[in-house]
Amino acid sequence: MNKMEKEQKIHRKLTIKQVVDENHKTKTFFFNEDIDIKPGQFIMLWLPVIDEKPFTLSYKKPAGITVELKGKFTKELFKLKQGDNLFYRGPFGNGFAAYSKKALVVAGGMGMAGVSLLIQVLENPRIIFGAKQKRDLFFTNRFDMEICTDDGSIGYNGFATDRLKELVKEKRYDTIYTCGPEVMMKKVFDIAEKYKIKCEASLERFMHCGIGVCGSCACGNKLVCKDGSVFSSGDLREMKDFGRHARLKNGKNVSLQEYYKWRS
Amino acid sequence: MLDLSTNIAGVKLRNPTILASGIWGISSELIERAFENNAGAATIKSIGPEPRDGNNNPSVVDFGHGLLNAVGLPGPGYKNMDTEFDELSKIKETVIWSIYGSSIEDFVKITKYILRYKPKIIELNISCPNKENGMLFSQDKKSAAKVTRSVKEIAKKIVVIPKLSPNITNIAEVAYACEKAGADAINAINTVQGMVINIDAKKPVLDYKKGGMSGPAIRPVAVRCVYNIYENVKIPIIGTGGITNGRDAIEMIQAGSSAVGIGSAVYYHGINVFKSIVNEIREWMQENNYNSIKEFIGIAHE
Repeated sequence: MNKMEKEQKIHRKLTIKQVVDENHKTKTFFFNEDIDIKPGQFIMLWLPVIDEKPFTLSYKKPAGITVELKGKFTKELFKLKQGDNLFYRGPFGNGFAAYSKKALVVAGGMGMAGVSLLIQVLENPRIIFGAKQKRDLFFTNRFDMEICTDDGSIGYNGFATDRLKELVKEKRYDTIYTCGPEVMMKKVFDIAEKYKIKCEASLERFMHCGIGVCGSCACGNKLVCKDGSVFSSGDLREMKDFGRHARLKNGKNVSLQEYYKWRS
Repeated sequence: MLDLSTNIAGVKLRNPTILASGIWGISSELIERAFENNAGAATIKSIGPEPRDGNNNPSVVDFGHGLLNAVGLPGPGYKNMDTEFDELSKIKETVIWSIYGSSIEDFVKITKYILRYKPKIIELNISCPNKENGMLFSQDKKSAAKVTRSVKEIAKKIVVIPKLSPNITNIAEVAYACEKAGADAINAINTVQGMVINIDAKKPVLDYKKGGMSGPAIRPVAVRCVYNIYENVKIPIIGTGGITNGRDAIEMIQAGSSAVGIGSAVYYHGINVFKSIVNEIREWMQENNYNSIKEFIGIAHE
């Protein structure tokens, strides 16, 4: 094991360089350094005495995370200002296999943060970004994208998956990359299967260890932290919990509905 | 013909490697994946009396020479696990049912409940350092014996294996007391108490502050414990602690264990570590003209 690899295992300090408001509930925190990370990988972000959670990076040079204010952890994170310190270890996970030259990216809500680095390495991907309403959008000036809103307050009036159904008929895409609420990703995957298009989905689960030991993030017989968090069609077909069940902190496998209720 | 099988109090394992408790064993699907990768047996995450979230994160960290964890026994509680138990009871290979509790009554009621699923082996986790009173029962021989006796009385012919803590003065004494109380085998060791501090954060890294050490750093501790226990009991021993390759496993067997627990090695080498450990044991046996595992159990004592 070289020095670099060893360092990735312990928590390293990050200093906040800048905080940018993205929308009414979302901020981007830019850090004082670059983090070498593959699109789709994640870091474990540690706020001492509070908790440690997995986050994807939305920027890597300098590193940045885009976060929605949601629970106890993000509430504490949102209190941090320029010059404040926090800690991370990683990157962990496998990341996207970003080879496609005919890529379609489907992001739902905060899933846009999860595909940002991917979009930057793909060649002219087509991007669909679905959100509940206009005010939940972000990165609309950063990437050339097609917007869908559930309430029709801007862009296509409907789900990203409704728009996807229209686009796949063009038969111009060989891979669909997706990140967002799992119910959406399951629909995206089903559409991809129907049209025989490869799919890669970035999954989210509650994690204790983040390093492939404890099993808390199990989805079917896969560990989201170690085998994923990006899964391709072959795995998604066999993971019977995908789009159906997720585990609570106590390990109980419950419906996605119950899981999201606990997470919110 | 080279025979890699081993025997734990009448339960035959196809090879001596056992997935240790707390690693992966959250579901029947992950347990099955351990078997697909040639584990000889697999232990489920300890079943507890009540639903329990465990501790906040960081709960498992790599400190450079092993892992330090304080996951804190998360689990849905034995009454909320029937679906999982059903699936586990269908697995043909040997599943070890680990249970924990804060009182003798907890151990007894969980045992009574799981008996309907006909487990072949019940492991008593009386040695978890990451929960208040978690290792209460393995800190003195009388308590350890009492839990063992209480469970064995109702488990009857089912193999009962207390898992012991190294965080005491004389582990062999506790093992001997458990044997007298009816234990069919001993598992040693659980994690070693430890702590790491991040000097930039100026805080203990684990949210629980204290944790249990596992991995390569504790292997000599485990080998010594197993060696001592072997001198003091007649029942088989499962040697657990820091084994990451075939040579480590053989060392533990030579110290006196009939099988070996594998935990942190899954972190270092992935779940297929069982395959590589078994292959390395096989190669060593061929080179040294051994035909069966039992020929070199405890050979370091001779």
